[in-house]
Amino acid sequence: MSAMPEMSRGVEAVHPTAGTSPEVVLSVSELSTWFALRRFGVFRVGDVRAVDGVDFELRRGETTAFVGESGCGKSSLARTLLGLHRPTHGRVVFEGRDLATFGRAEWRAFRGRVGFVQQDPYGALAPFMDVRRILSEPLIVNGVRGRAERERRIREVLSEVRLLPVDDYLGKYPHMLSGGQQQRVVIARALILEPVLIIADEPVSMLDASVRVEILTLLREVQRARNLTLAFITHDLSTVRHFAERISVMYAGRIIEQGPVDDLLDDPKHPYTQALLAAIPDPLAENATHDRVLPGGEPPSLVNPPAGCHFHPRCPALIPGRCDRDVPTEVEPTAGHRVACWLHGPGTGA
Amino acid sequence: MKTAEAIEHGTGTTAGGVAEEPLLRTEGLRLHYRAERGVVRAVDGIDLSIGRGEAVVVLGESGCGKSSLTKALLRMLPRNVATYSGSVWFEGRNIMSLDDETFRREVRWVGISMVMQAAMNALNPVVRVGEQVAEPLRVHRGWSNARALERAAEMFDLVGLPSDFLSRYPFELSGGMRQRAVLAMALVAEPKLVILDEPTSALDVLTQANIMNVLKGIKARLGTSFLLITHDVATSSEIANRVALMYAGQFVEIASAARFFSAPSHPYSRLLMASVPRLHDPRPPIHIPGQPPNLLDLPVGCRFASRCPSRLAACGDPPPVRRDAAGNVSRCWLEDGGGGSVARDPR
Repeated sequence: MSAMPEMSRGVEAVHPTAGTSPEVVLSVSELSTWFALRRFGVFRVGDVRAVDGVDFELRRGETTAFVGESGCGKSSLARTLLGLHRPTHGRVVFEGRDLATFGRAEWRAFRGRVGFVQQDPYGALAPFMDVRRILSEPLIVNGVRGRAERERRIREVLSEVRLLPVDDYLGKYPHMLSGGQQQRVVIARALILEPVLIIADEPVSMLDASVRVEILTLLREVQRARNLTLAFITHDLSTVRHFAERISVMYAGRIIEQGPVDDLLDDPKHPYTQALLAAIPDPLAENATHDRVLPGGEPPSLVNPPAGCHFHPRCPALIPGRCDRDVPTEVEPTAGHRVACWLHGPGTGA
Repeated sequence: MKTAEAIEHGTGTTAGGVAEEPLLRTEGLRLHYRAERGVVRAVDGIDLSIGRGEAVVVLGESGCGKSSLTKALLRMLPRNVATYSGSVWFEGRNIMSLDDETFRREVRWVGISMVMQAAMNALNPVVRVGEQVAEPLRVHRGWSNARALERAAEMFDLVGLPSDFLSRYPFELSGGMRQRAVLAMALVAEPKLVILDEPTSALDVLTQANIMNVLKGIKARLGTSFLLITHDVATSSEIANRVALMYAGQFVEIASAARFFSAPSHPYSRLLMASVPRLHDPRPPIHIPGQPPNLLDLPVGCRFASRCPSRLAACGDPPPVRRDAAGNVSRCWLEDGGGGSVARDPR
């Protein structure tokens, strides 16, 4: 896959992907998650193709940001990786084993190896449990015996997420905490079983702008300290450069472009990625003097997506007879940077 | 090009009485709430002016009182009001002194309209969008249904919605389209000033950028003034002529957009600008340590002092409000916000 020894663009093929890559923690191939659309709750009249044939790998110690607009399937993807949805096609392989082959015991072990950070911290925490109880639960369920041992681990993880002094927080209920503090508890809970992989679904979008950077920085520090793998779902491209190694851009259920952060942000290949980046303002007074150039239209329905490339009806660089007919094959113009677009397709020159 | 003039104009009017009277001007506007444990000083002495055709952005963290400011301007008061005082001059008259009925008839919608936070989710689900957009004309102007709908169609065109959407129901519209419809409703009675409270915060990046384009178009074509309330610094730069930064019920800085986004003077403004993630900036955003003070129990001195990196002994006393020749305002003991030459040299 990464057979291209091409390193022309600054040698910033940051880390992995070329040869000496760190081990793959999770790999996904031709993954689709469709939901049956039923009339009167009975007759199947179609499918919502929330995830529609995606391929990627998550490597140890790396953060991959999955970016896309609402309804692009990124949350369905996260839930499929967590085993909460069964894939319609394709495979999710975690530490060398296909999730589809898991039995009860494997699922339990998997839950300890993979942590989840939800979007809405308040909704994710039981309102009638205090912080100690919230963090004890996963330990009890996973057979950590001994109150003293549990207490030790709870204190350790709370100081890791900087809820200090720990004694001030152990007895608090979620409603007594600020949004940022609640999200720290959610992160602590995701970490307490010492997972290898954390899946975070829009971990900061419900938080105050001033707290977002703080929580992202914390996640980054924890990830580095523990050499964790992180899949980080977000719609906010402006933060990813500082908090991820790789980006996967999703559109209408597909990954249309993926690659190392700097490479993808500085040299986006897909017209959709280019549009997305062009829509994000830096805070400059000049912005008020001109309109932003944007593609028209809206993301398509996932029930009946356009043929060929899903972006073709909005694409400024449409190749008629091609993009509206054939699904573009993924090409790799530079090492680790892959794009599914006919503009970069075989024969058209990358 | 037009914007540059508007900036001059806007700051000129702030500087003092010489220039033309601004469209809206508040003096010592206060809105305090009664709570169980005391008085919440949400809006605590706001002096602000908005020129004709000018867009002023009020920035602030949640809980700084920026939404209460809109309530105070439009007199949409909850029951637990403890203090509601100061003056609001709009088109030359003090609208604070109007009785409720006159205020409702002559100011709301027709003079000042508003798009509330998440308004797009507050559309009536069982009434066609066109009728909802036309409603202010029927209620405030007494227009016939047909005439009001005709105007609604023009508004749809202005905000970039096809006119056959008039007969659709809200659930048939995407989030971005509903936001456009709500905007059309705010504009339909041709108000001079539109207040927008977080108009794009629930929308996707591309939709957000589209809505900002629509606002720019309206401002250029109709000369409408905007007061935009938001926490999103980057998006606010798409329309701002001037920026007012609010902290704990007060403005800490009011400056032209050019000045605020490149070389703000107040220490809080500087930290805020450094906390904004930028797509092509290799420096990571920083976060502002600490938390805003409790509005129930505000310090006597500078309200930002406990988080301020340039704190002085003097900060225990209320800071002076400094106003430079261009009309930029800063509420700080430090003459230049502690930034030395950086603050003095806006590019």
